[in-house]
Amino acid sequence: MSDITKQSLTELVKNIRNKKLSSTDITKAFIDRSEKSKELNVYITEDFTSALDKAKKFDQKPNLDLKLPGIPMAVKDLFCTKDVKTTAGSKILNNFVPTYESTVTDNIWKEGAILLGKLNCDEFAMGSSNETSFFGNVQNPIDKNLVPGGSSGGSASAVAGQLTPITIGTDTGGSIRQPASFTGTVGLKPTYGSCSRYGIVAFASSLDQAGPMAQNVKDCALLQEVISTYDLKDSTSIDFKRNQYSKELTNNIKGKKIGIPKEYRVDGMPKEIEDLWQKGIQYVKDCGAETIDISLPHTSYALPTYYIVAPAEASSNLARYDGVKYGFRAKGENLIDMYEKTRSEGFGAEVQRRIMIGTYVLSSGYYDAYYLKAQKVRKLIKNDFDEAYKKVDAILTPSTPSSAFKIGEKTNDPVSMYLNDIFTVPVNLAGLPGISIPAGHDSKGYPLGLQIIGKAFDEQNILNIAFAMEEKINFKNKITDWWIK
Amino acid sequence: MSIDLKTIKHISKLSRISVDEKRAEKLAGDLNSIFDFIEKLNELKTDNVEPLTSVAETTLKLRSDEVKSKNIREQIIKNSPQDNEDYFVVPKVIE
Repeated sequence: MSDITKQSLTELVKNIRNKKLSSTDITKAFIDRSEKSKELNVYITEDFTSALDKAKKFDQKPNLDLKLPGIPMAVKDLFCTKDVKTTAGSKILNNFVPTYESTVTDNIWKEGAILLGKLNCDEFAMGSSNETSFFGNVQNPIDKNLVPGGSSGGSASAVAGQLTPITIGTDTGGSIRQPASFTGTVGLKPTYGSCSRYGIVAFASSLDQAGPMAQNVKDCALLQEVISTYDLKDSTSIDFKRNQYSKELTNNIKGKKIGIPKEYRVDGMPKEIEDLWQKGIQYVKDCGAETIDISLPHTSYALPTYYIVAPAEASSNLARYDGVKYGFRAKGENLIDMYEKTRSEGFGAEVQRRIMIGTYVLSSGYYDAYYLKAQKVRKLIKNDFDEAYKKVDAILTPSTPSSAFKIGEKTNDPVSMYLNDIFTVPVNLAGLPGISIPAGHDSKGYPLGLQIIGKAFDEQNILNIAFAMEEKINFKNKITDWWIK
Repeated sequence: MSIDLKTIKHISKLSRISVDEKRAEKLAGDLNSIFDFIEKLNELKTDNVEPLTSVAETTLKLRSDEVKSKNIREQIIKNSPQDNEDYFVVPKVIE
């Protein structure tokens, strides 16, 4: 069955349950396609032999009541996987083999899924194009030499290129939603505290969240249902009533109030993005929802705030990479020299840049001017959303200010790279859930996404809106398999 | 504001990342353009705003302080670049 890899998660689960397909059939199909797709460079570590063994074992005694029965999947290489190398896309963790499992991946395996391998990403998830990875850039299946976005670039390309039916990424400032938008896939960043951060290589602890990426909204909802659990191992995990997101999914969004924030109409935004947004507004109206113009007045301050808060937290989190306990070590004349050389040779340029920004804004004499100031502005940004949610149930915006760009196009200008996350960053700063769904193509045929932002813990609502819109949009991803010879 | 080479050297020392002259110049340029962008925050008056330290409006849950992982020394040492079975080994610190 050559079309196995084209099937959605929902279809695969159905075909396993009614015994039309075995886990081995499915696992083999995704491995075969992955073998032919090396040029995309989505894998850092392949775990194919072990995946086939697990699939065979599953088929001998299949438990079809599980939510992901015998479904193979690859995950971003930021999740610690027991006995499988975990690099975070960095030279400094090039040889790191975790002795424990992240809670999110543990939840996935407990529901019957099988690990295919670990997916490429920007180094320590710091990047918007997957070009900062120590393991090289990732190709976007949409077109050659096009970035897949980042930091979950390998994850997005793997789903779009049908090398995995579903995957998980992490999102600190847009790292799930922006690559989803660039590859014509669906990506959800859950509410802060929804998915455990235990066992995820830390970038910025007050912003990081794991989330599902898939070909469609329903698959995303099912995976979210699996990964979102309260976890004592993460002190910021929140104990709230979690929905059965896929079972409760409905396209009935009649009477929902959707906010349209005028501040997201930024200078220099291509007309195609504005047109797409207008189309999105029409789609939600066609579904019976009402749109309301709203204001999020501090939107333009979100990126500058983010570029203080995230590097500050990163500089602290990445202090642990000292060449002593795990990871790469460089030779040094003494202890300090060893530290300095290890970190200089082990971290890439973007990571070093962010550690230095973070160290500077936290250093004596600058803390109030930068870090404290940013925390205060972060409060204003959150207040904007709180105010808006008195009037609306959700907010609709474009996911990104442009479609995917060429590899190398923005690598020399960090600020222009950072601007990519202009619509996604405010959501992380406020700790809210946001989902990006593919909504159309630009004149080059590249996909464009729309973002739906929800109230905290209201994942069900934005999934429902996305589900209703998805039906109206009827998006078809243009994948030509150009990389398969 | 302007970040000069002396400041870069200072930050490099604080962050324990050795930086040669050429890298330092490149970093000074990058950091200056990033801080120009960050300066935008000074447009806002924030004297009476409470800083946001956590988006989660819940208090941290308490739990009893119990040892849950036992005998994991081997696991902890497993990934170290250099060890002598019981300890991490680092370059000599005391002469």
